[in-house]
Amino acid sequence: MSARYGMAMDTRRCVGCKACVLACNAENDIHPGHSRVWVEETVRGRFPNLTANIESKRCGQCATPTCVTVCPTGASFVAEGGVVLVDPDKCTGCKACMVGCPNGARYVHPDGHADKCTFCLHRVQRGDDPACVANCPTGALIFGDLNDPESELVELVETRLWHVDEPDSGTHPNLFYLE
Amino acid sequence: MPLTRRQFLEVGAAAAGAGSVGSGLLDNWWGMDPSHAPDPETDGEKVVPTFCEMCFWKCGVLAHVKDGRVNKITGNPKHPLSGGKLCPRGIGGTGLVNDPDRLRRPLVRTGPRGSEQFSPVSWETALDEVAGRLLDLRDKHGPESLALFSHGYGASWFKTLMHAYGTDNLAAPSYAQCRGSRETGFSLTFGAPVGSPETTDLRNSRCIVLVGSHLGENMHNTQVQEFADALDAGARLIVVDPRFSTAAGKADHWLPIRPGTDLALLLAWMHVILSERLYDAEYLAEHAVGLDELKAWVADKTPEWAFVHTGLEPDRIRTTARMMASARPASLIHPGRRTAWYGDDVQRTRAIAILNALLGSWARHGGFYVPSSVAIPKFPLPAWPSHPAEPPDMPPGVVYPFASKVLAHGIRDASIPGTGPYDIKAWMVYGTNLIHALPQPERTREALEALEFMVAIDVLPAEIVGFADVVLPEATYLERYDDLHAPPFRQPFAALRQPVVEPMYDSRPGWWIAKELARRMGLMDWFPWKDPESYLAQRAEAAGLSLEVLKRDGVVLGEREPGTTEEGLIPTFDTPSGKIELFSQQLADAGLAPLPPFTPHEQPGPGEFRLLFGRTPTHTFGRSTNNRVLSEVYDTNQLWMHAGRARELGLEAGQEVRIVNRDGAEAGPVLLKATERIRQDSVFLVHGYGHDAIGLTFARGRGASDAALVTQTAIDPVMGGTGMNVNFVRIEGVTA
Repeated sequence: MSARYGMAMDTRRCVGCKACVLACNAENDIHPGHSRVWVEETVRGRFPNLTANIESKRCGQCATPTCVTVCPTGASFVAEGGVVLVDPDKCTGCKACMVGCPNGARYVHPDGHADKCTFCLHRVQRGDDPACVANCPTGALIFGDLNDPESELVELVETRLWHVDEPDSGTHPNLFYLE
Repeated sequence: MPLTRRQFLEVGAAAAGAGSVGSGLLDNWWGMDPSHAPDPETDGEKVVPTFCEMCFWKCGVLAHVKDGRVNKITGNPKHPLSGGKLCPRGIGGTGLVNDPDRLRRPLVRTGPRGSEQFSPVSWETALDEVAGRLLDLRDKHGPESLALFSHGYGASWFKTLMHAYGTDNLAAPSYAQCRGSRETGFSLTFGAPVGSPETTDLRNSRCIVLVGSHLGENMHNTQVQEFADALDAGARLIVVDPRFSTAAGKADHWLPIRPGTDLALLLAWMHVILSERLYDAEYLAEHAVGLDELKAWVADKTPEWAFVHTGLEPDRIRTTARMMASARPASLIHPGRRTAWYGDDVQRTRAIAILNALLGSWARHGGFYVPSSVAIPKFPLPAWPSHPAEPPDMPPGVVYPFASKVLAHGIRDASIPGTGPYDIKAWMVYGTNLIHALPQPERTREALEALEFMVAIDVLPAEIVGFADVVLPEATYLERYDDLHAPPFRQPFAALRQPVVEPMYDSRPGWWIAKELARRMGLMDWFPWKDPESYLAQRAEAAGLSLEVLKRDGVVLGEREPGTTEEGLIPTFDTPSGKIELFSQQLADAGLAPLPPFTPHEQPGPGEFRLLFGRTPTHTFGRSTNNRVLSEVYDTNQLWMHAGRARELGLEAGQEVRIVNRDGAEAGPVLLKATERIRQDSVFLVHGYGHDAIGLTFARGRGASDAALVTQTAIDPVMGGTGMNVNFVRIEGVTA
């Protein structure tokens, strides 16, 4: 079976340091003022009864990627392992994909095309983890092949409670937030 | 509630008009091979292992060089402190080396002190001037009239220079302003300091207690890695903090204590553990003295007593005491790092040490390990010239009996003429922005005004640099050799800092600057090596290491030795009794409290708040706030205030406010973060903002400086530390 790449984000481990954002920026030469990865911290309750949750977010490489469906030029496409990529040469910057994405994972690159997380497919193809995963000091990011029953990712997804972004959107993201 | 990307969409749309229109609009995709993702090619043509200096942790990094520039920094998997993973600052080292505001050429001052008016000069001129002035100074006032203030690993060359010159006045804010009180408290109790990296076995701990430490925001890489591992493995977490920190968000118990009352809580915890016989009796019988005295001391320190001071419910004090006892000895009351809070900080850190002793956690798995290190013999140098003068760092007639290092603020004070045992007349300042690092910045300015001479060695034009007579621009840690690093740690290692790229602009490595000054001052006996490679090779060889291997791998591991009783260690204690001293005869003999007393501290008055400050994972001190790479994720601080208090004051979240302390010192304007995450009696700032140095073109004017508001200190009578959490402020709205 071919690979189906996915990622788990362990909210128990994460301290929200944003090293993931900077590791991605450095690896992918992201233009200043933009990022493919971001961190959301949610605190609920009233002092002193508070709860907090921190999530490192990025494109979930959805199994049913609306962004690809709505792309009028075919610039957004599904590459190896189910990773959604954007061909900058084909993108007109129309932003249909940004409307189509339920998770706000895309932005317009200063060169005018849509841009987003690639799961560092260039690294994955040579056997490395994505940059954010490889660097995460707390080990809160776990990358793997969802079709590989031996993978740590599959074990985590099968044994831990998790949620995904915008589950009602029907896009079936492959980024699982472990609770 | 953070903005989502979607909400940003509209904002972004305006900026995205002009774009490249791809060819083949009518076709389905092709051209880009779907099975081959494009490589952004940031790995570069060369990868050099070295170690970081973005904070004091010194993680091993791999620096990637592309087109002659440091392009990307990743963790060195072989290095025990990073394990291949870096905190944000480590990654952001590219933003330091490539900072457009860097000091580029030697400078001499042309305007008044602090005006930041300089003329560029040649290295020859600058070094001649510094050496000439320092030789004159020594002739006129003696060598002890010169002081070095330093921070960072590169200071070692200048420390050698100072000793050779003949002064012992080597000061660093990292002692009296930071962790000195903690080291004293632990040394008095266990006969050993906690050190850096702290000898905490966080990874194996089953119950972690943080008292005012905001691990996770305090991004000490190895510790945070182990902290996450422990939590994932189900360790309990108790967090004592007036602020709902990141760690508090993960805690089983968050105890939002009234600031300044930690000792009451610690004594009540001891009371519960002793009265309910939850302590490790066998361990104490074998290793400790003073248990009976301690029992008597805390007999009346009930949770009900502590409630009155701390505001924490007695039941929760009991529950948490039992929780930490149930996990012993793998139970760790973390010693913290910057512990200079209220002036009774040695006593508080001693209470933490005693509590750890009751749980039997010293030299135990999941508690504190006993470190070992790779022994590297010192480079053979002649003896230093004799030093007749003691450092003048304590006011006349005052002795802090357990001060084990020079007090930086004391040296500062002795630089105000006629106030100290003798006058300090000249400063060499290496890599520490004393305007932000020392309390009472107005006194620091007064001392600076009075100096006969000051030289700054730095990378960036921080505020302190603006006061120098001569500025020597140093190469960054990515452009230079420094001495070998082999700290006490669980896994002994020796690491090399080596240049990744040539120094940019006309900056020079510290070793070169120190050696050139030594040459001009006739001190070459203490710099007998030709270049740093020959120096390092000789040191490495003396330790049985190879410089070539260090250059290739960045690090060499030593043999691991038993660090806990579980690993076969038989613990020893370097105290007068040879045991853990619950009762400290040393303190008693010095006329100080032998068991930690609770001292009530002043609380804010009506309309006031206590000013608290701390860290964000992205920044260390003021020197990283000018870093454009790091500022991508954190570019200003905000003033944290309880949402209810903000409403009472008629202030709105996100508006600008000014902070004014009792002495009239001001900071801001800064944005208000109205939040449920902090007590009503305190406000909080991330340290390192509020710069006004003209040369820091990015950081200047961003956020507010906590340091500007620390005009009051409470001095620790045990070792002279400056408690800095004793400043009270009012908050005023700024109208546009």
